[in-house]
Amino acid sequence: MAAAGPNRRGNSRSPPPEHGGGRNGRRGKKQQLSFVIPSEFAAGREVQHRIHRALQDNGFQGQSFFAINLALEEALTNAIKHGNRLDPGKKVRVTATVTPLRVEITVEDEGPGFDRTRVPDPTRDENLEKCSGRGILLIEAYMNRVTWDRGGRRLRMIKVNDRGMSSS
Amino acid sequence: MAETIPPISVSQQKDIRIVEFTNNRILDEANIADIGNTLGALIEEGDNPKLLLDFNTVDHLSSAALGMLINANNKIRERSGQLRLTNIKPQILEVFVITKLNKLFKIFPSRAEALADFK
Repeated sequence: MAAAGPNRRGNSRSPPPEHGGGRNGRRGKKQQLSFVIPSEFAAGREVQHRIHRALQDNGFQGQSFFAINLALEEALTNAIKHGNRLDPGKKVRVTATVTPLRVEITVEDEGPGFDRTRVPDPTRDENLEKCSGRGILLIEAYMNRVTWDRGGRRLRMIKVNDRGMSSS
Repeated sequence: MAETIPPISVSQQKDIRIVEFTNNRILDEANIADIGNTLGALIEEGDNPKLLLDFNTVDHLSSAALGMLINANNKIRERSGQLRLTNIKPQILEVFVITKLNKLFKIFPSRAEALADFK
C-alpha cells in the first residue's frame, strides 16, 4: 500500500494535511492537494481518502459528498484503466482545491485522450445492455461543471457545496 | 492466511436465491469482479435461475458495478432466468435513474413485492 501512495506536490507555504492530524485546526480552511500517482487502483484509493478528508473538513456531506465521491471514483477509474490502460509507466495527476463553498478537481492521464462528442450515449435503448460507458455520464450528471481539455486527457470538474442537503 | 469475507451472502426462499452485499461500497474493481464471479457461479448452477438482489446494505456504487449487474442480467436471461432488485436507497436509485437502468432492471421497493413478482 505504501509503495503506491501518492506524492504530494506544490503549495509548500500552506501544506495539505497529514494523516492522523487533528481536524479542528483546519476546519473550513481552503485546502489545495496535488498528487502524482502510478496507474494503480490502490494509489487511486489513497487519493480518494485524502480528498474525502478535505471535503469533510470543509463541511461537505449528504448529496454533495455522495456526488463528489462518485465522480472522483469514475474519473480515477477512467484515467487509470481507460486512459493509461493500467500501464505502470504512466502517471495520473490529480489536483483538488477544496473550500467550504466548492471543490474543484482535475484528473489528468497520459493516455491517447478522447473526443467527448464521440462517446456513445449509454442511455439510448440500444446501449442500455452494454456493460461500460457510464462513467462520463455520471460525472457530468453529478458535478456542476465538467470540462475536458488537453485532447481529453485532463478532466476538470467543480461541485458547489449544497450544505448537506440530501435527496434521501 | 488471511480470511476473506465473501462479497455476498445468499439465502433461499423456495426456488429464489436472495443475495445481499457484505460491503456497503460496490466501487472497487477487485470487489466488483469478486461479486460478479460469485453471482456468475450462482447463475450457472441450474436452468431458469431466480435471483433477488437486496441492496439494503449498499451506500455507494460505481459505473463498474452497474456493468457487473448488466452482465449478470444478461447471463440470467440467457438461461431463461429472472432477476429482481430491491431495497435500493434513494441516492443509489438516482444512479439507476440517471443511467436509465431503471428501465432495464425490475426494481421493487420491498423484498416482499420483489418476491411476489417472480413467476
